[in-house]
Amino acid sequence: MKVTFPHMGNTFIGAKVLMEDLGNEVILPPKCSKKTLEIGTKHSPETICLPLKINIGNYVESIEKGADTILITGSCGPCRFGFYSLMEKEILKDLGYDVDIIVFDPPDGRPMELLRRIMKAADTKNVYRILRSIVRGGKILEKVDNLIEYSNKIRAKAFNSFKVDTIIDNFYEEVRNVHGMEETSKLIKETRTKLDNVKIDQNKKTLKVGIVGEIYTIIEPFANLYVERKLGHLGVEVDKALKPSSWVKHHLLPGPFGSGEEKRKWKEAAPYLSTLVGGHGRETIGSSIIYAKENYDGIIQILPLTCMPEIVAESILPTIQKDYNIPIMTLIVDEMTGEAGYQTRLEAFVDLLWKRWEEDNHEELLSGS
Amino acid sequence: MTYKVGIPQGLLFYDYYPLWKEFLNELGTEVILSKKTNKTILDQGVSNCVDEACLPVKVFHGHVCDLKDKVDYLFIPKFVSIYKKEFICPKFLGLPEMVKNTIEDLPPIIDIEINLRKSNLNLLKAVIKTGQYFTSNLSKIAMAYNKALKHYERYLDLINQGIVPIEAVKMYNLSLKRNKSFNQNNLNIMILGHSYNLYDEHISMNLIKKLQSQDINVLTPEMIDTDQINQHSSRLPKRMFWSFGRKIIGSAFSAIEEKSIHGIIYVSSFGCGIDSILIDLVERKARENSIPFTLLTLDEHTGEAGVNTRVEAFIDMIRWRGKDESNISTHG
Ligand code: SF4
Ligand code: SF4
Repeated sequence: MKVTFPHMGNTFIGAKVLMEDLGNEVILPPKCSKKTLEIGTKHSPETICLPLKINIGNYVESIEKGADTILITGSCGPCRFGFYSLMEKEILKDLGYDVDIIVFDPPDGRPMELLRRIMKAADTKNVYRILRSIVRGGKILEKVDNLIEYSNKIRAKAFNSFKVDTIIDNFYEEVRNVHGMEETSKLIKETRTKLDNVKIDQNKKTLKVGIVGEIYTIIEPFANLYVERKLGHLGVEVDKALKPSSWVKHHLLPGPFGSGEEKRKWKEAAPYLSTLVGGHGRETIGSSIIYAKENYDGIIQILPLTCMPEIVAESILPTIQKDYNIPIMTLIVDEMTGEAGYQTRLEAFVDLLWKRWEEDNHEELLSGS
Repeated sequence: MTYKVGIPQGLLFYDYYPLWKEFLNELGTEVILSKKTNKTILDQGVSNCVDEACLPVKVFHGHVCDLKDKVDYLFIPKFVSIYKKEFICPKFLGLPEMVKNTIEDLPPIIDIEINLRKSNLNLLKAVIKTGQYFTSNLSKIAMAYNKALKHYERYLDLINQGIVPIEAVKMYNLSLKRNKSFNQNNLNIMILGHSYNLYDEHISMNLIKKLQSQDINVLTPEMIDTDQINQHSSRLPKRMFWSFGRKIIGSAFSAIEEKSIHGIIYVSSFGCGIDSILIDLVERKARENSIPFTLLTLDEHTGEAGVNTRVEAFIDMIRWRGKDESNISTHG
């Protein structure tokens, strides 16, 4: 069995450690690229949302490298993501690939079925071993998330912000060649030290921007055109409302195990949106309010074209912008999104934030004198 | 005084109007309906809604604009689920909020939540909550609702007889019976899509009437028996958790497998997330069974002439194909 899975930001690192810990061979899909998207777009229904197109590209590229089993997660509504697995199976069948696809759906009343599938994917019936490996994979994922978060802080203050890009690029390349929990942890540590050695300007004033929106687009740098790097180079510290580790918590630990963080977001969102709308629409509203309360300078919402839950959120955000007096910009991405236009919009937004900051501080200076 | 309650003629209006109207009337309110969709309503909707929304949601916003200065209340329930373990579209879940946050100076909105995902008991709650806007007399509310349900059942009956909802809306309270059985010699064309796209004459550019006037029997998802629908949609390898999806997939699969139709026209609105999945599933099934399929994607810029040409070409192709087949069968 040679397993693979679709890319979604750092998740591949956690999943790889998990599967290797269980003694399985993992074929990683090549890093998402223009070519990945081209393949995906060519074989997917035209009007489907962006994540599915990139997934298809990932599978095809992995299968070409020898993968014969694909692991994916699912859901039971209300959003389209719940039908991804069905569509993806059909598309791969049309393309003539003979692969095994194992879907981890929420139990939906049949908990044993989920367990059976997990055992099949893990290639062992030893539940204890499986759980242990899941915990290990989860830990690694959290470490990587922290590493990347840290790199975003450093980038905003670094004298040479591109150095940070190089270090992170190296990390993503090397991580493919190390195996298991120990080696991966070691690499994370080394990378952290490299980041610590980047010279930073302690006195540099940075702006703080929170990123909200559809989870895949936030988490997968390719889908958001590396927004955190672009903003970092403009002297902005970026925080993402959702991280791969929070996605794992959301999907794999539902109900009473759900995170307190999520509940806090729902509570904040309640005056504006009282129920779920699928995807992370409600979290988008909640996170925006939290960022505003934490005195962030601005918020950026990112969503794939036609993303239903985020369109609902998008129509509510102007009220948040007004009530909390914080600039919010919405960016929509699909396979046609151009690098240049995107960069221009980001620059214009950051300019606006700087102007507001200057105005505020000017007033403070005046009133202080 | 009699309160005026506004019902926008969009989205679930086509599925539930008789129920809502009779209920609100029985409660002693006056129901005001927005105008039928027209250019002004469409334009107002487009400028009072986020760009990314789909056409019917924009149109709905237009209907709200049309009503808001004429009524004391707007009736925009929050439809989470209308069937066990199912959802409607994410956009319905957030509809009252979308309206409130984009259109200014609105009258109070009756935005009670209707959620039958876990149990039907919630319906009772929703009914009582709505009633309580106008009376505190619980038995009056119950009576009003029961009466409304009777009218509603008559409405569903009419639809089952093959009368399209637009006409059924006009007819449900007349005792007139019309038997519109299908003419055997005509082509049977199935039109798929969401009720608010199919039956809104402006959005669908009168497609149903146009076809009927060309001696074509039109079949819509609403006309297929519910049991048939459920049976066929349950054959999908993944449980269909959208109510619209169950209806569209179930009715399409049932008609395709019974070979009772000559072709399928799917009417979709640009940006519909649910359709992007449903279209693919139906198209595959149609292809496997060699039933011609065509897709009409509508948005605010779609021109009627273009749609007419596409539909005509499609119908011509089917008639031509039909002749061809009968030639083969007589000679072979
Ligand atoms: S949340 Fe958005 S991107 Fe994700 S499946 Fe739903 S519509 Fe697609
Ligand atoms: S089902 Fe489609 S057309 Fe209807 S509201 Fe949702 S996205 Fe729009």
